[in-house]
Amino acid sequence: MNQQLRVNPIACTGHGLCAELLPEWASLDEWGYPIISAEPIPPRLRKAARRAVTDCPALALLLTDGR
Amino acid sequence: MTAARALPRHADGPDGRRLPGLLQAMDLDAHLGAYGPPPYRGPRQLIEVVAAAGLTGRGGAGFPTARKLAVVAGAGRRAVVVGNGAESEPASRKDKQLLLTAPHLVLDGLQLAAEAVGATMACLYLHRHPGLHRALGSALAARAAAGLDRVEVQLVSAPPRFLAGEESAVVSRINSGPALPRFKVPPMFQRGVAGAPTLVQNVETLAHLARIARYGASWFRAAGTAAEPGSMLATCRRADGTVEVVETAIGTPLGELLRLSELPGQAVLVGGYHGTWLTSAHAAALPLANAGLRPAGAAVGAGLLVALPPGRCGIAEAVRVVRYLAAESAGQCGPCLSGLPRIATGFAELAAPRPRPRLRADLERWARMAERRGACHHPDGSVRFLRSALAVFAGELTAHARGQCPATSHRPFLPVPAGVPAGQADWT
Repeated sequence: MNQQLRVNPIACTGHGLCAELLPEWASLDEWGYPIISAEPIPPRLRKAARRAVTDCPALALLLTDGR
Repeated sequence: MTAARALPRHADGPDGRRLPGLLQAMDLDAHLGAYGPPPYRGPRQLIEVVAAAGLTGRGGAGFPTARKLAVVAGAGRRAVVVGNGAESEPASRKDKQLLLTAPHLVLDGLQLAAEAVGATMACLYLHRHPGLHRALGSALAARAAAGLDRVEVQLVSAPPRFLAGEESAVVSRINSGPALPRFKVPPMFQRGVAGAPTLVQNVETLAHLARIARYGASWFRAAGTAAEPGSMLATCRRADGTVEVVETAIGTPLGELLRLSELPGQAVLVGGYHGTWLTSAHAAALPLANAGLRPAGAAVGAGLLVALPPGRCGIAEAVRVVRYLAAESAGQCGPCLSGLPRIATGFAELAAPRPRPRLRADLERWARMAERRGACHHPDGSVRFLRSALAVFAGELTAHARGQCPATSHRPFLPVPAGVPAGQADWT
């Protein structure tokens, strides 16, 4: 399954945890908001991606089925 | 340009009779005399005709109308249809003019769209303008007395904000919330007004739909281009300061619509404050059609065209608009909240004498960071406007850096509403 990591930019408050938990997929811009790759999450990172989703303090991350 | 040349080729009906234009003023009697009652034909029947006509949304995004109808109809639940009349581009007035002159075409389209998707509720979303509410309220009352409508129509008012007409903001406002854009997962066509599948269509799109339902796809296709059929309304703000809303065939040259040979401008803004500046020489021969505008980085949007007269400062105009766009950010998404005010301030600094050397690079980086990272397209459109202004008014920028300005008048040309201080914004 091709899953994508997405951020709900309205819910995101820039805690930056995603960039610590998943540095391969999320980096922070100069204002502290995540820049997230739109590529499908590779199998080796799926567990870390799920953890980033559950641990985001703003619950702003989601995994969607890529189209 | 004569009035006759401006007529779209489908001005004549399938029987050869001259049809009234979209903008011909008509009360209910005149409307029924010209068009008759709405041609109801049963659920889904209209979708195929609209698909064959190739109608696209006239609110700015240009999405194929039949696809939206099909997906809402296919949801298999009671749907809601919304006519979006809250055009929020300060320089555009085509939707308001259409609603005031030919409300019954819009209301026919709303009923026919409701029938096509199986909607049991319909809303018409309008700016607070009292004349507009009065006119549409009495149009609805006249239709109720004549027994024309099958679905009741509720009038809902929009706050005077740039983003109030954004599709998810419209749905939020109808759901008694603030008219703020939402994160669109799930999409509106699955869960919109009151959780029902929701079709949001611009009011001009509905007026076209009402005529397509009567005259068919090939009639509609007699105007426009094969890829972008039909006519559209355009708000033309010409270099002499006059403003005219016209119904024109898609593909009409911008130079003709703005009468650039008689009323030359130095630059042309295409598509509104989320649109693109082009030099006048470049714009003159381009058609009002996405296929022709795309290579120039522009799009028809909601049909707003502005010719900036000679002697005005394009940079000063653009700085005012970008400041307005930053103030109109909903402030919900970090990259827009942080980016647009920095972009607006940086752009104003860049337009002042002797800007600091790194400023241009900062501005371009902020633009890249704000782009495509919002829940709505506000940062993307604002950045498009900024970039095209930097390119088209490059000469003025150089002069400004030296403390000079070639303009002879600094009277504002583009309409920009007075700002609302942050924290006092009213979104309901």
